Amino acid sequence: MPGPSTGPSGPSTGPLREVAIVAFGQSDHVRSSAETSEVEMLMPVLHDVVSRTGLKAGDIDFTCSGSSDYLAGRAFSFTMALDGVGAWPPISESHVEMDGAWALYEAWVKLLTGEAETALVYAYGKSSPGDLREVLTRQLDPYYLAPLWPDSVALAALQAQALIDAGLTDQGALAGIAARSRTAAEANPHAQLRGAVPAGDPVVAPLRTGDCPPIGDGAAAVVLAAGDTARRLCDRPAWIRGLDHRIEAHALGVRDLTDSPSTRLAAERAGYFARPVDTAELHAPFTSQEVVLRRALALDGPDGAGVRINPSGGALAANPVMAAGLIRLGEAAARIQRGESDRALAHATSGPCLQQNLVAVLEGETR
Amino acid sequence: MSKEPVAVTGIGQTHHVAARRDVSIAGLVREAAGRALEDAQLTWADIDAVVIGKAPDFFEGVMMPELYLADALGAVGKPMLRVHTAGSVGGSTALVAANLVAARVHRTVLTLAFEKQSESNAMWGLSLPIPFQQPLLAGAGGFFAPHIRAYMRRTGAPDTIGSLVAYKDRRNALKNPYAHLHETGLTLEKVQASPMLWDPVRYSETCPSSDGACAMILTDRTGAARAPHPPAWVHGGAMRSEPTLFAGKDFVSPQAGKDCAADVYRQAGITDPRREIDAVEMYVPFSWYEPMWLENLGFAEEGEGWKLTESGVTELDGDLPVNPSGGVLSTNPIGASGMLRFAEAALQVRGRAGEHQVDGARRALGHAYGGGSQFFSMWLVGAEPPAV
Amino acid sequence: MPEILTAPLVVEFPFTRSLGPVQSAFLTGLRERTVLGVTASDGRVVVPPAEYDPVTAEEIRELVEVGTAGTVTTWAWNPAPRRGQPLDTPFAWVLVRLDGADTALLHALDAPGPDAVRTGMRVRIRWAAERTGAITDIACFEPDESTGDDGRTREPVAHDGQFPDLLTGITAPARLDYTYSPGAAQSRYIQALADRRTLGERCPACRKVYVPPRGACPTCGVATSTQVEVGPRGTVTTFCIVNIKARNLDIDVPYVYAHIALDGADLALHARIGGIPYDQVRMGLRVEPVWADGAFPHSPEDMGAAPIPDHYRPTGEPDADYDSYKELI
Repeated sequence: MPGPSTGPSGPSTGPLREVAIVAFGQSDHVRSSAETSEVEMLMPVLHDVVSRTGLKAGDIDFTCSGSSDYLAGRAFSFTMALDGVGAWPPISESHVEMDGAWALYEAWVKLLTGEAETALVYAYGKSSPGDLREVLTRQLDPYYLAPLWPDSVALAALQAQALIDAGLTDQGALAGIAARSRTAAEANPHAQLRGAVPAGDPVVAPLRTGDCPPIGDGAAAVVLAAGDTARRLCDRPAWIRGLDHRIEAHALGVRDLTDSPSTRLAAERAGYFARPVDTAELHAPFTSQEVVLRRALALDGPDGAGVRINPSGGALAANPVMAAGLIRLGEAAARIQRGESDRALAHATSGPCLQQNLVAVLEGETR
Repeated sequence: MSKEPVAVTGIGQTHHVAARRDVSIAGLVREAAGRALEDAQLTWADIDAVVIGKAPDFFEGVMMPELYLADALGAVGKPMLRVHTAGSVGGSTALVAANLVAARVHRTVLTLAFEKQSESNAMWGLSLPIPFQQPLLAGAGGFFAPHIRAYMRRTGAPDTIGSLVAYKDRRNALKNPYAHLHETGLTLEKVQASPMLWDPVRYSETCPSSDGACAMILTDRTGAARAPHPPAWVHGGAMRSEPTLFAGKDFVSPQAGKDCAADVYRQAGITDPRREIDAVEMYVPFSWYEPMWLENLGFAEEGEGWKLTESGVTELDGDLPVNPSGGVLSTNPIGASGMLRFAEAALQVRGRAGEHQVDGARRALGHAYGGGSQFFSMWLVGAEPPAV
Repeated sequence: MPEILTAPLVVEFPFTRSLGPVQSAFLTGLRERTVLGVTASDGRVVVPPAEYDPVTAEEIRELVEVGTAGTVTTWAWNPAPRRGQPLDTPFAWVLVRLDGADTALLHALDAPGPDAVRTGMRVRIRWAAERTGAITDIACFEPDESTGDDGRTREPVAHDGQFPDLLTGITAPARLDYTYSPGAAQSRYIQALADRRTLGERCPACRKVYVPPRGACPTCGVATSTQVEVGPRGTVTTFCIVNIKARNLDIDVPYVYAHIALDGADLALHARIGGIPYDQVRMGLRVEPVWADGAFPHSPEDMGAAPIPDHYRPTGEPDADYDSYKELI
């Protein structure tokens, strides 16, 4: 099998282990989940995903989660979410202050070392308690940017205008992305926004309401397993053929906002360009960001013609911050498990204007 | 195929003080990273990936600050991971980085942990006014002191043990140029006469609040062969978590701590930690946690840990030196405190600990934990490569 | 379903940020109506100046002065300004490449409407009347239709970064407003407290009773749903004597902060002990709650206050035997 690619001075030795996503579960994504605490929202998802494998919680070798204190407005918020796991007897466990896609990355590495056969990965985010646009300003450079409180829509809109100025898209094309996503979401029972959604008024022009993701709460979880364990737990495991992530400079003014070199590099390292995929789950919260990602991934080229983009509806249909990236990996894997895809790309992003990007290439075994 | 052995070839830390007013957050982390690179004689281009850790983002008021730090840490165009596992984070971060090498995903990884507590106030960050919850009635020490009293009740330890630990660690810190507290005139009498803040915890038995960062370069066998100085080799590493609060939780000797240590010893082939380990850097935020952890980590039978402390075994020239660097009691940049334990353990087996070097240290344990005694991370490092 | 409680949560702090030399020079320069950039390893002039090269990560310290007018590289029209943003009337967010710079700076542009803004347009800095050394010393940009020289440099000119009263730090206040909800289990618990009843919840798997309940049995990972009234009496399992005043707490020291296992509960909660000299509190002491007078649950000023007992006091019963509570410490 093609192993995960490696850094510039990457090692040349060592057959790495095969690791697959064997189960995926998610909550319904809703505007507000005030009636449940984080653990109350998360726990049914954990039960669901573990039961799909036939495992018991105690059978899992490693657990890793992703979440953010700033969404909750509380320090150490993840420690209480752990109550939903049932960490007794004590478990081998870790947490990233990132989207759950990076928690999956950490768990994947753990499985590659051979120290674990199975891993539970989960992520959750409740955007409803705070003002998400305001909260996300706190992840900007604290000296030059954060004091101006530029919100997440404003930054995405600067990127969208750059694309329009470069002749790479227009408002009609953006509306088309929105419509395609939310039409696809009609088949996704967990989606928050589906069906015909009006383009709406400008939020921060050129982005209109329809170009922006819904703000909401949700949770997601996957189970990873290695080799024969994966085959035992799942009829058609979604094998992780490659997984890589890269970050760019932080300041928007030093980046070419119309491109995503970090996505392209991660995709190269993940072996994506070796042969075409049939499905791409892209974590593009704003319509304009899908344009950037499609360019970076050459999805508008000849190999992109047959690719189904965001059959789940993507982040435009449900965007629980900190979980939305993990959901892309889960949705792509579920599609492989259902036999609807043989080779899929899944992507997750973090930071302003696609600063950090993760790419996974998943495959089902030939039937 | 077995795991790739992991070597520590570069270690750097900042001069830790209450407030580093001369640097930005980026400047602080760079100081540690630069020293680690210099130790390993590598450049930014040699680094394949960056793994960074810190405690809650509210401490600096920057959500996911690694995004802003990507440039300063040479991560542009590279993978960057951010770990947060409460107080154990510095240790967990190093273990995540070590796994990247062990799994042969990368050859050379920079790992770093930091806290710049002077940007806000640690107690503010730890006690946000969450509605419907009882405010923290007793400050930071009030959380730990009842558990210490429980330990004293359980073991019958004399109430002077805590002062012995504090006096030892602060004296050790005098030999560590990077330590925050350098209390040159300190005597045991002064420790024992310091104000009783949270009875049974005295002022001199508590940790300071520091700005600081710690960085390490982890690499594979090839990288280790090129290193200019002797590396430390990772012989075992583990994380364990248990719930923060639960019926039957033993705050004095948490099961997760015992299990974590047992896993590390198994990996490293240690059967008698008291005899086979030469130095320990453990996370002791309040002095009494030294005897508590001595038992939890298997260096003493239950109820006997304080006797090791009392008899001088844990002194720098003792049979099992504990916290030769001065420990958390002398330096506490929260998110970095765990990595400092890991790094100081590695310095010992590399023979590069300077004045606080334990003579002939060949195997050392680094230990970190989260304040709620719920998250543990540990590694055991040795001067020799592990048997493959 | 219980009534779900919610209350405002304000997370606010005036963060004190030390700057380091490059940011110090840049922000002090703004105070003096001077814009500094830094020369990157590849010769590009980066404005605002980074401390470390975005490409090579090298430390970069070679400061230059650039112009105060420049060109919009991209923009976005903000019809509804939000709290903290540079202008409170509709404005454009802009990335501006100042004359002499090779990278762009993010700020606001005061313009009458989106039709007046385009990429490539010329803009100039409008300085704030009162400047302290902050990015907000640039009040905003404004359209600059003059073609002539604005009196400031167009080519970068070396600058030593020195100004009188060089700023070394800034204060960056930040406030975020949340609406906190504790979820279903804690809402049930808090509402019962208002009736001076302490409701734990039993785990259906291990049968342990959790107080306060948090929605899940943390060892079994399943929902607790059966309510069980516990207490009101309990046993002090361990404690400390607090001799320093805690922040924002109006309690005279010394006082005793104790872990109390309420009768029927399987773990201890934390509370203050009163009604007994502090130095006579001991492990095993039997105690009962003294309820605070309070307006819970629905007066606005008490929103978010938990109607917990003010403290616990001795019941007068004999002390509990150590073996009876040692598993609860």
